[in-house]
Amino acid sequence: MSDTRDPDLTTYRDVQLSPDFSELRRRFRRFVFPMTALFLVWYFVYVLLAAYAHDFMSHKVGGNITVALLFGLGQFVSTFAITLIYVRWADRRLDPDAEKLRHQIEGEAQ
Amino acid sequence: MTAPLMLPLATDIGNPTVNIIIFALFVAATLAIVFRASRNNKTAADFYAGGRSFTGPQNGIAISGDYLSAASFLGIAGAIALNGYDGFLYSIGFLVAWLVALLLVAELLRNTGRFTMADVLSFRLKQRPVRMAAAISTLVVCFFYLLAQMAGAGGLVALLLGVSHRAGQSIVIAVVGILMITYVLVGGMKGTTWVQIVKAVLLVIGAGIMTLWVLAKYSFNLSSLLGAAVDKSPAAGEKLLSPGLQYGATGLTKLDFISLALALVLGTAGLPHVLMRFYTVPDSKEARRSVSWAIWIIGIFYLFTLVLGYGAAAIVGPDRIKAAPGKANSAAPLLAFELGGEVLLGVISAIAFATILAVVAGLTITASTSFAHDIYGQIIKNGQISGDGEVRVARYTAVVIGIVAIIGGIFANGQNIAFLVALAFAVAASANLPTILYSLFWRRFNTRGALWSIYGGLASTIILIVFSPVVSGKVDKKTGASLSMITDTSIDFHWFPLDNPGIVTIPLAFVLGWLGTITSKEPVDVDRFAEMEVRSLTGAGAEKAVQH
Repeated sequence: MSDTRDPDLTTYRDVQLSPDFSELRRRFRRFVFPMTALFLVWYFVYVLLAAYAHDFMSHKVGGNITVALLFGLGQFVSTFAITLIYVRWADRRLDPDAEKLRHQIEGEAQ
Repeated sequence: MTAPLMLPLATDIGNPTVNIIIFALFVAATLAIVFRASRNNKTAADFYAGGRSFTGPQNGIAISGDYLSAASFLGIAGAIALNGYDGFLYSIGFLVAWLVALLLVAELLRNTGRFTMADVLSFRLKQRPVRMAAAISTLVVCFFYLLAQMAGAGGLVALLLGVSHRAGQSIVIAVVGILMITYVLVGGMKGTTWVQIVKAVLLVIGAGIMTLWVLAKYSFNLSSLLGAAVDKSPAAGEKLLSPGLQYGATGLTKLDFISLALALVLGTAGLPHVLMRFYTVPDSKEARRSVSWAIWIIGIFYLFTLVLGYGAAAIVGPDRIKAAPGKANSAAPLLAFELGGEVLLGVISAIAFATILAVVAGLTITASTSFAHDIYGQIIKNGQISGDGEVRVARYTAVVIGIVAIIGGIFANGQNIAFLVALAFAVAASANLPTILYSLFWRRFNTRGALWSIYGGLASTIILIVFSPVVSGKVDKKTGASLSMITDTSIDFHWFPLDNPGIVTIPLAFVLGWLGTITSKEPVDVDRFAEMEVRSLTGAGAEKAVQH
């Protein structure tokens, strides 16, 4: 069995300080932190509107469908959308590099 | 999950025999599955984490089974039927919360820990004190959640099987407890997971059929369903379709609503029985798929409850729901009876029971794992114990927890369940989540920060709830009846004005974690931090699936 372990990466510290890992961490954080901020802000805008903007929320947009109902269903849509986007992004942009680093750390002799 | 299951009188609709037969079939089927699953229960990883060999979709379905409790099915549908839009707000908080788990917690936790939340929290800090704190907070959350479910079983039985005596209900609570102990002892995490999968599938199919049925009655036009609900509810009228019916009365109730919204959205990713489910899959990619599946199933289920709630308002009507035993919680069963007679009612009742069983089994295995692995194995025995020894302790613990839950459930029968579940969510959001996030993302975070945050969050939540209107001093202005846990209206020691303490305790726990960290001189363990960060993102050195 060939050992692909990188001789320069002997400890977790070495890996942590390596450019490849820094890039992986940067990419992960630059996606999840803004995304978390986005959905939390959107959720609390909705909660505050529901608590303090009754007139606006009870406005009817067609038939018996109120603005509040559209906003509520909008929370479902955004949650589903963020889930789809994140899973696709992580599968493509996170997993290959994470796996490469893992192989370098563990070696193939597992 | 948060709407109260009141103690009702005997049911006057449906056929208890049909309900009992359908329920017995479910129990027999799940027991058979649990015994089959038990054949491969050899190691600690088998017992605690189902051998880490479930696929993402399987685990996602099981997570939904763990998360969607009876109160979220009966409670949210009932809340929408009576309070309209305000009931819908619960389900949105419960759903959006999953994004915290998906983006920030699930994968990193899977890569870093072995069996429990405490594994991750104590990874790079001082082992014993942090592990102890995390285990205590795990046990507290599980205990309140378990008590709520057991107490709910009593009310549900009265509603669905026509058992109105307190003694009869106590026997049913004991039966639920014994079944739960059996599932956990025999099946371990593998058996528990299969029970949750079966239950989630039944629940979603049952709710889905009823949803289609209701929509078909209104030619699949949501607007005319809403119109019919408004017509049938003269007291609420148009208010049924917009927020404010339940929470819009005063400035204080609005603040209470925001506090609840905060606890809901931040609580889920700190619930130990949810976190533990991430260890049942082989790697972080499957953990990600689990959460993605769970979000779809839970989201679609909450959309069903929206239709069921307004459907119950339109077809059954609020007057009959309020007059029925079990009040709001009987909305979904009454709707089932209106639609499909006693057979559909029996099926829906059996699913509601299955729900309680699956949720309590998940809580029991989480609590016993935390005790056996964290407190006994790592703290008392310093890690010098074989996996077999730990699992033996976990099994004893499951029996003890089962007995405590039975006794607690009998005493809590008829109590306000919303109080217990809200407490569990508030504790999870205050005591667990800040420390999880800090230890994953903040390099400087240290032991004192963790201890201040966990114990501070835990203590402040419990104290504020004890002195809140939920426990004493809340009186219905119209009828003069007590709405608190202590029903004697002459006893009133509340000074905290809100029902839910989250708006105070969650920020407090974050601040305490920061303050504890910057006032401590403990140096950062750079090697352990490097190991944790590298492992969490790459999956190197993560626990592998068990090969059989």
